Amino acid sequence: MTRFILSRALQIVVVLWVIITATFFMIRFVPGGPFTAEKAVTPEVLRNLEAHYGLDQPLWRQYLDYMGKLVLHGDLGPSFKYASRSVNEIIADKLPVSLELGGLSLGIALALGLPLGVVAAVRRNRFADYLCSSVAMIGICVPTFVLGPLFVLFFAIKLGWVNASGWYGPTDRVLPALTLGLVYAAYIARLTRGGMLEVLGQDYIRTAQAKGASAARILRVHALRGGLLPVVSFLGPAIAGILTGSFVIETIFQIPGLGREFVQSAFNRDYTLVLGTVILYATLIVTLNLAVDLAQVWLNPRRKFE
Amino acid sequence: MTRYFRQFRSSLLCAALSALAFTLGGCGGGEKRGAQERDALRPDGAPKMVFRVGNGTEPQDIDGQTVTGFPEHKIIMALSEGLLGQDPRSLEPVPGMAERWDVSADGLTYTFHLREGLKWSDGSPLLASEIVDSFRRLLSPKLAANYAYLVYNFVAGAKDYYEGRLSDFAQVGFAAPDERTFVVRLKNPTPYLPKIIAGHSSWWPVPVKVIAQYGPVEEKRTPWTRVGHFVGNGPFRLKEWSPNQRIVVERNPHYWDAKTVKLDEIHFYATDDIAADERLFRTGKLDLTDGLPNSKIPSYARDHPELLRRDPLLALYFYRVNVTRPPLNDKRIRRALALAIDRESLVRNVTRGGEQPAYAVSYPGTAGYFPEAQLSGSLEEARALLAEAGYPEGRGLPKIELLYNTSENHRAIAEAVQQMWKTQLGVEVELVNQEWKVYLDRQSTGDYTLLRGGWVADYIDPHVFLEIWETGNGNNNTGWGSPEYDRLLHAALAAQNDEERYRYYQQMDAILIDELPIIPVHYYVKKVLLSPRVKGYYPTLIDIHPYKYISIENAQ
Repeated sequence: MTRFILSRALQIVVVLWVIITATFFMIRFVPGGPFTAEKAVTPEVLRNLEAHYGLDQPLWRQYLDYMGKLVLHGDLGPSFKYASRSVNEIIADKLPVSLELGGLSLGIALALGLPLGVVAAVRRNRFADYLCSSVAMIGICVPTFVLGPLFVLFFAIKLGWVNASGWYGPTDRVLPALTLGLVYAAYIARLTRGGMLEVLGQDYIRTAQAKGASAARILRVHALRGGLLPVVSFLGPAIAGILTGSFVIETIFQIPGLGREFVQSAFNRDYTLVLGTVILYATLIVTLNLAVDLAQVWLNPRRKFE
Repeated sequence: MTRYFRQFRSSLLCAALSALAFTLGGCGGGEKRGAQERDALRPDGAPKMVFRVGNGTEPQDIDGQTVTGFPEHKIIMALSEGLLGQDPRSLEPVPGMAERWDVSADGLTYTFHLREGLKWSDGSPLLASEIVDSFRRLLSPKLAANYAYLVYNFVAGAKDYYEGRLSDFAQVGFAAPDERTFVVRLKNPTPYLPKIIAGHSSWWPVPVKVIAQYGPVEEKRTPWTRVGHFVGNGPFRLKEWSPNQRIVVERNPHYWDAKTVKLDEIHFYATDDIAADERLFRTGKLDLTDGLPNSKIPSYARDHPELLRRDPLLALYFYRVNVTRPPLNDKRIRRALALAIDRESLVRNVTRGGEQPAYAVSYPGTAGYFPEAQLSGSLEEARALLAEAGYPEGRGLPKIELLYNTSENHRAIAEAVQQMWKTQLGVEVELVNQEWKVYLDRQSTGDYTLLRGGWVADYIDPHVFLEIWETGNGNNNTGWGSPEYDRLLHAALAAQNDEERYRYYQQMDAILIDELPIIPVHYYVKKVLLSPRVKGYYPTLIDIHPYKYISIENAQ
């Protein structure tokens, strides 16, 4: 297992390097730059701006400088848009917000999605199944940018229970976490149902039934572990996505999270902020995928570390 | 197997419980809320007068010398002030830091007499020599301030200093003969300059001695603008800055005109989404929105006209023509296209926000200037021009590409115009949209045939819309130029009074309407929701509303 983890860690380093390098050059070849604006700056000003940020150096020099600072000091450089803030500072500011929102949504998603999926599988093709599956289908089909404003309209504007947007008190967490959580809950419910159905048709379940185990025990002890495999593989990338913030949710609810920065930085051609957020996102995805692989071996006796 | 599952189950339970605890417990926010409520009162127990504003996207920074955007400007306006201030209704320059000012007979030397006892927001005296230091920082090539040209285009010696040809700042046209006198020497007479001095933050002072405490003065990345560090000289001072949430400013007791200031605080909310702004306004958490989605206008106009503001904005919506590319290098075709746009129908049926159709480049009524040359002509004339150019009924004319930046509103206008040109002239247009910066890149490199354009005035003077069409101006980008036009522009700057100056502008507007390097479409309207409790907020043509005159009725 140690060998497995070590070799995967090595792969991760290579993957990250490729991603950073590709992003570094791709963003540079996109038309427009950080100083492109509707009111054009004069050529003299542009020259000085480029010198200020080191953009007057040849691209390979900038690349080596960037990689050097990144590897030696973990320094992601200054942001182009937010003049007095560094990318490290922006990420340190915004990531906890996204983590909080993501953690809450994930909690809601699991707490709702798993039971719904299990019930649907056990009561297959009966009323409960149709109900759970329809709810999940609606959850998948209704996009967050529709659900979010609908929640605001109802709970904030009509009922006045919570604020329409902002991120100040604990009640401000409710609507965004619910909106984001429900979508993931829907996916989890569908995956759980599918996984459970497959497992419930297996021989060892029949064996357990023949041995006289109760339905509840079969479900808890024999079926759930295998039935959750698809959910676990889905959770790896999903957690990475949910933790690094959601652009749509953060915009609708005016939440100071990382998702907005991730998208806006590309529109702003804020080169360093694009790279910083990509590096963070990529690191999360690859490490969580590794965690998923480990969890799958643990859950599925037929798989081994190799 | 059971063991595994039990572990799994208990960890699941654990996760669910902790998520629940997290949700319920928040982060000890209860106490924070109590503090916020106490915060809402003045020391004497009366409710604070707070103006809550949707301010658009998160500001880049609040250093008036390095920022470029409008959301930034609206915050810096509260925190800083120039030598001159602005009248709340007309935005004409009024005394600011300077209680009076003189202009020499040749129009080249401005002498500002500062008020006695002028102070920074930390209570230290604000001296004329510090204003000179402030301009030294702005013009430093190392700082690379985007708007340095708004100073070096006018002030003697400033461009040489900015480009490093001059190293002695004493030779640049700024001087402080004593601590209450500040003198500016110009390259050319610039009659509209007081409007820029009053209105643009690149002309407002920054506290160089404070900036120096937090790092090199000529470095953008120093934390001098943070809460607790920032020092300004405006009617308000910085109290709170929560990135991507809000900036709170409070009354500055050291401001020279503190008695005029009525608001206790202004809360600037960072809102990227005007739809979210509107929802926040509806729950009573905002007094002023940053904008209003077009789709919401009819219902507000019908049900809540008292909340809806549609103020004319000194901004032109137009189509920019690349005059170097056939077939639009032929001005007859440009005129045919310009005549075939039914602007009345466009503003009535497509934009629907109360916009005014544009038949000239300059805005009618800019500081008393009304362009006389108007685009007028019949559809028959348009068809005849097209035939004369060799394309009767559009036959043989290659398809023209119209490029706009991706946006619902621009697409709607472009589609309407496309339809008008096709049915009236038989001209085929292909619509292409590009992401904002790609679109700007194609504009600045001239890689287009026909391109949506917009221009928003920074100050109220006809010069704003006319200067950019000078040959080779960095914002012209049409490939068009006219020596006669350039001559008139320079003659206007040397004019002795506005009457004479406006006569030159009339000729320039006539040239533009004849040559049509751009096809005017409509003038913008600023659409916002404003609480009726807000007083002292006037329509001002450039959406600037000096905060010291604003108050809130019945503050709760």
